[in-house]
Amino acid sequence: MTHAATHSAPQAGSANLLLVLLKARTFIALILVFAFFAFAAPNFLSTANMVIMSKHVALNAFLAIGMTFVIISGGIDLSVGSIVGLCGMVAGWLVLYGIDLGLGWSIQFNTVEICLIVMVVGVLIGGVNAFLITKLNVAPFIATLGTLYVCRGAAMLFSDGRTFPNLNGNPEYGSDTFRLIGAGNVLGLPISIWMLIVVALIAAYIARRTPLGRYIYAVGGNERGAALSGVKVNRIKFFVYMFSGLCAALVGLIISSQLVAAHPATGQAFELNAIAAAVLGGTSMSGGRGRIGGTIVGAFVIGVLSDGLVMMGVSSFWQTVIKGLVIIAAVVVDQAQQKLQARVALQAEAGK
Amino acid sequence: MTHPIGLQIRGGTKVYPGTRALKGVDFDLRMGAVNVLVGENGAGKSTMMKVIAGVEQLTEGQILMDGKPVHLNGTDDARRHGIGIVFQELNLFPNMTVAENIFINREITRGRIDIDTAAQREATRGLMRRLEHDIDPDTMVGDLRVGQQQIVEIAKSLAQDARILILDEPTSALSAAEVEILFRVIADLKKQGVGIVYISHRLEELIRIGDYITVLRDGAITGARSMEGVDVDWIVRAMIGEASRDFAKDIDHPYGPEVFRAEDVTLPRAGGGLAVDHVSMSLRAGEILGVYGLMGAGRSEFLECVIGRHPHAGGRIFVDGKQLRTKTVAGRIRSGIALIPEDRKNDGLVQILSIRENMTLSSLGAFTTGFHMNLGAERGTVRDFVKRLTVKIASMENPVSSLSGGNQQKVVIGKALMTRPKVLLMDEPSRGIDIGAKAEVFRTMRKLAAEGLGIVFVTSDMEELMALSDRIVVMSNGRVTGEFDRKDATETLVINASAKGHAPTPVKEPVA
Ligand SMILES: Nc1ncnc2c1ncn2[C@@H]1O[C@H](COP(=O)(O)OP(=O)(O)OP(=O)(O)O)[C@@H](O)[C@H]1O
Ligand SMILES: [Mg+2]
Repeated sequence: MTHAATHSAPQAGSANLLLVLLKARTFIALILVFAFFAFAAPNFLSTANMVIMSKHVALNAFLAIGMTFVIISGGIDLSVGSIVGLCGMVAGWLVLYGIDLGLGWSIQFNTVEICLIVMVVGVLIGGVNAFLITKLNVAPFIATLGTLYVCRGAAMLFSDGRTFPNLNGNPEYGSDTFRLIGAGNVLGLPISIWMLIVVALIAAYIARRTPLGRYIYAVGGNERGAALSGVKVNRIKFFVYMFSGLCAALVGLIISSQLVAAHPATGQAFELNAIAAAVLGGTSMSGGRGRIGGTIVGAFVIGVLSDGLVMMGVSSFWQTVIKGLVIIAAVVVDQAQQKLQARVALQAEAGK
Repeated sequence: MTHPIGLQIRGGTKVYPGTRALKGVDFDLRMGAVNVLVGENGAGKSTMMKVIAGVEQLTEGQILMDGKPVHLNGTDDARRHGIGIVFQELNLFPNMTVAENIFINREITRGRIDIDTAAQREATRGLMRRLEHDIDPDTMVGDLRVGQQQIVEIAKSLAQDARILILDEPTSALSAAEVEILFRVIADLKKQGVGIVYISHRLEELIRIGDYITVLRDGAITGARSMEGVDVDWIVRAMIGEASRDFAKDIDHPYGPEVFRAEDVTLPRAGGGLAVDHVSMSLRAGEILGVYGLMGAGRSEFLECVIGRHPHAGGRIFVDGKQLRTKTVAGRIRSGIALIPEDRKNDGLVQILSIRENMTLSSLGAFTTGFHMNLGAERGTVRDFVKRLTVKIASMENPVSSLSGGNQQKVVIGKALMTRPKVLLMDEPSRGIDIGAKAEVFRTMRKLAAEGLGIVFVTSDMEELMALSDRIVVMSNGRVTGEFDRKDATETLVINASAKGHAPTPVKEPVA
């Protein structure tokens, strides 16, 4: 793997420093990106911009958290972007029309009920993904590619491709608070950020301190071995895809509330941003390795990068190119870090 | 009789993160002879061989061939120098056929492009004839048992026509008859002047086949001599510094009531027929039941049926007299059954997780209240088991893949014991572990049995079978062909029973 290293002690010291830097690489990248835009883009550091940017980041971060679990378990979820779109349309429909039972009257819902129904829809779609993958043995890539198309099509069918406008709700039904999800503030922070903090903490807790989290890593590392150890592999897969669906539903709710409108094309290519954030944060595409904290930082890097470039007036074509380069660079650095880590450990040992 | 030295290591040091696996070793490999290598788990045997095979490079020191230093920077280099190796852990592609595996990277081609499958198949048949096995060249390797895969590995190394052949525990999953065949092949190669390195924890094997012996201890060579006058006691002393091998100290204890019963367990084979053919056995609390048989007798498959790995298996399983309704592995584990699988790399461990996470994977419930895992308690328990099983580790947070083969096995055993089973199924529990650890594992088995655990263990090692079992069941061709009390069992009886239903000429064209 690595070649014999016979360097002397001072070099080992600098290598150690380099190692620390590489370990915190995503974080350092974030700081650099931040510093650069603070310098290059006027108004970048203004409070208003910070709030807008954090809202953008939050959307991707939700999806990336769900994606991280899926990828750690050895799978992939391409359908999240479409779930965002579909869930937004469901929310819009419920706010505007409620559920029409066809008996001349309809059931109307208040905000909390709407949120719950939309979340259930997201979880169910995740459940369909998991069902295809575990029971029908469809490869995750294909299964979620299928639901990607189905959900997008379904979102279009909802309104014949039109936008649901003016989701202001109706005070009579208690749905006028729907707008607050995207627009409200608590203690100076947008509600969507609070939601992100809660979801991220729960996810990190699951990953580190619960058997469920441990099993997710085990399934991604060696599915057969995990099964023989008594891990209920199918259940774990159901969890990760349903959780990913839930995260997507939250994003659908937040976006439609922020825009006070639901558009069926919302969320296109979101899944790719989510995957990018997870990978940037150190999640291994081959499963078994990854951290929620890393993913959040990764989401920030991508979010700050795209917003900053927009503010600098860089063309959107170049933005796309730059995003791609950053992702590739991140993975290259990740490999370098692993090699260097082994080498530093070797030197420490040889120097004894 | 002298043998020329074909390869030397001088001042070889190998450093891994956290360990010095080799500390300035000088090793001579003699041609036309069998050089055996012994040492405890983690002593550095595999490391030394990986260095010779070009898989790992020495941190310091050099390798000489015919007096000249050589640089072996990859298996390709080593192969060019005529060095072939059978690794301790299997390195086959389960999704390819036997023939494809044997000729991987050395395909027989027409004009360097088109693979000549017919020629490869024919050559594979030839190799299998030489090893007296009827494994079809077109079988997927993933469908083979571990023992058969070992045969494929051996065939693969034979196909290279190597001048130096390294066999790192090639027999750990083979039973006596198969070992005999391998020894005949080795004797053959010796006559052709091939230098052979042979690593094993079965000391009798070493004494029978070795011409020279090298003992490794903690990365240093503590003894190297010709095999003349070496006996088991000498090896043990050189290995661990004392001559103790009392692995079956008897603690006589009464058996309890029946704790486990299997009735009519049946498992269809992929190609038709039955891999497990209406097998029934019962086990009392505190009893150790040894299951013996040749390769392909269906022993491992039987254990796998019991743990619930094959959902389509037939039969009834009882624990404490109650029939188990659950068919899932998790359910069976909860009912008090635990399995130590044969293939630790693919079935027993999650390689990229840490030692701690692997050990507790089956018993996380014990450290959990509600959702919350108590990591402190987890570490404490792991520390405890590491000590009890004398696992040699630098830190329990290291990936399990950094452990030597035997120490990995101990982690798997620890994992099973942590579930506090009532019935423990062990498939070749001593595979790859050194005599010290073997003694420890066997002592643990005895102790657990004395505490009322029922143990079923599958072994290919006759000595182990005789020393440990309270009762012996022999299987052949998926059926139970003999059952003996320890007092009445003799090696001849057991071997005869294990050959029942086998044709006298083992080599025949398989009917895939
Ligand atoms: N890739 C690795 N990274 C870190 N440490 C390693 C690695 N490979 C081996 N080691 C360590 O080197 C030491 C020697 O290991 P080695 O595999 O050579 O032992 P061994 O004598 O073959 O033992 P066994 O009988 O169990 O197979 C062990 O302490 C092991 O933990
Ligand atoms: Mg070894």
